[in-house]
Amino acid sequence: MNWRAVKAIVRKDLIVVARSRGVLLPLILVPAIILVVLPALVVLAPTATGLPTTSLDDMKRFMAAMPPGLQAKLAGLDDAQRWTVLALVYFLAPLYLIIPLMVSSVIAADSFAGEKERKTLEALLYTPTTDGELFLGKLLSAWLPAVGVALGGFVLYGLVANLTAWPVMGRLLFPNGMWLVLVIWVAPAVAGLGLGTMVLISGRVRGFQEAYQLGGAVVLPLVLLVVGQAAGVLYFSTGLVLLLGLLLWGVDAALLWWGKRTFRRGELIARL
Amino acid sequence: MQPVIQTHNLTRRFGGTVAVDGLTLEVYAGEVFGFLGHNGAGKTTTVRLLNGVLLPSSGSARVLDLDPVKDGPALRRRVGVLPETPSLDERLTARENLRIYADLYGVPADQVPRRIEALLETFELTDRADDLVGGYSKGMKQRLALARALLHEPELLFLDEPTAGLDPMAARRVRGMIARLSRETGRTVFLCTHNLAEAQRLCDRVAVLEHGRLLAVGTPAELAHRLWRGLCLEVELVPATAPTALDLLRRVSQDGEVEWREPVAIVRLPNREAIPDLVTALVEAGVRLYRVTPQEPTLEDVYFALHGGEEVPT
Ligand SMILES: Nc1ncnc2c1ncn2[C@@H]1O[C@H](COP(=O)(O)OP(=O)(O)O)[C@@H](O)[C@H]1O
Ligand SMILES: [Mg+2]
Repeated sequence: MNWRAVKAIVRKDLIVVARSRGVLLPLILVPAIILVVLPALVVLAPTATGLPTTSLDDMKRFMAAMPPGLQAKLAGLDDAQRWTVLALVYFLAPLYLIIPLMVSSVIAADSFAGEKERKTLEALLYTPTTDGELFLGKLLSAWLPAVGVALGGFVLYGLVANLTAWPVMGRLLFPNGMWLVLVIWVAPAVAGLGLGTMVLISGRVRGFQEAYQLGGAVVLPLVLLVVGQAAGVLYFSTGLVLLLGLLLWGVDAALLWWGKRTFRRGELIARL
Repeated sequence: MQPVIQTHNLTRRFGGTVAVDGLTLEVYAGEVFGFLGHNGAGKTTTVRLLNGVLLPSSGSARVLDLDPVKDGPALRRRVGVLPETPSLDERLTARENLRIYADLYGVPADQVPRRIEALLETFELTDRADDLVGGYSKGMKQRLALARALLHEPELLFLDEPTAGLDPMAARRVRGMIARLSRETGRTVFLCTHNLAEAQRLCDRVAVLEHGRLLAVGTPAELAHRLWRGLCLEVELVPATAPTALDLLRRVSQDGEVEWREPVAIVRLPNREAIPDLVTALVEAGVRLYRVTPQEPTLEDVYFALHGGEEVPT
């Protein structure tokens, strides 16, 4: 493996991403909303307006429908504390996963489909890099930033959440075992999911926009997790998160194996 | 001499179209080889096949004694390509573009800055080297793409329509740079073009391609002689002596005919060697003349003859 060439590809793609507003904007906006605005709103809004988020009856019914594991976690807390823990630790967890997914899909769309659109691929194919090196370079240029933003984002989120929850909780919510698994084990796998989907899509589309719009569908499984948890069907326990990660890594492996098969010079140049 | 490029029945199909059809040719070290053909003739496809970027449907090729199909990376390390579209990153500066390609081509790290500066200088881009390429003119982009193709000092250079789409001034500038490049370094150049004047000006030998098939290969002069046995001679006469002259010319003419466009007679001779005798005979017969000019057919004549634009005598 020629690492110098792989690094050059990553560097090139990242400079290009950093210089295009259309790509950079969602990369900053989405994490900012999910990790800062949302937690602050969720915790501060009820206290600021002086209204309970749900009436006591609603809360009771909701608690009764909760999986027993989650009920045990919330035992001994008052209503405000329950709401805070539910929101910050559980409901926001699947939303957090949208970040690595989005970052990797946006960059991969730009790096795979965008490159085709900008007609910069041909010269790259004439270089002495192997198909494997080119593929790896392109994967890393989307995956590394996604994992980086997810890690940095978690640190930021932990700070914001601890800070806003402190008056209600009187203790730190983060770090938390389930979240650590989420950040270290699941987020990189989710990044791979966005990436793998984009690799497959980009061979069939004309450019960045089209790839990005089609690839957006990959967020649906995450939405299911959000809804599933809100409806009390499942909850993000450490075990579930571990399992979820395993499942995603499996899907990643399949997607990338397939992607690698289609990422061949001869095929790429014939589709330019 | 061991050819730098050697193909044998090289063929590439795309569905029903045969882009390159049984191509057999050789290109020798140090020559500028013109690959001439209309749009869609199969030039770009050939370049791709010879670089192991596209796989042939059948047939084989050896380039720098390597098999493009099996040794693609090793081959591409020694070959430079100016693709049909410059395919430069427009959101990078010229220096950044070159820097990244130096890494991709494995230029020794300690030589990278020196080579980049030298190439920027050669291609007259130093002043704009830190501007984004998106703001460059077409000619500047083409020059930068040429610089990029030379970063790793390739032994063999493929130029795919280097002046297509450039305005006449920019085209002339690029052409001048190519001429200097091949003359000074003695590097082998494979030049795809549909521009006849360009091929005539730059190439030692040319191949003419149509619908993926090779119509002819040779130096422009060889092709001309193969197509028109003999050569045309223009003789400008003092009109008073024309009848005597035409008589005499008719006798030496290869096809027994003389074209008379007063005051110029055009006659077909078997070869150059016939000229001195003819001039002596004319003078001895008392013919007075202003000039005698052999007309070498241009590549343009050859090209149109090959493409069936004219009758080709056998
Ligand atoms: N990737 C491709 N898919 C389908 N047809 C192609 C492809 N590449 C080239 N062709 C066809 O092959 C022929 C030769 O094309 P090309 O090599 O680009 O010619 P040139 O470079 O001489 O203009 C054309 O008819 C073109 O349409
Ligand atoms: Mg072409």
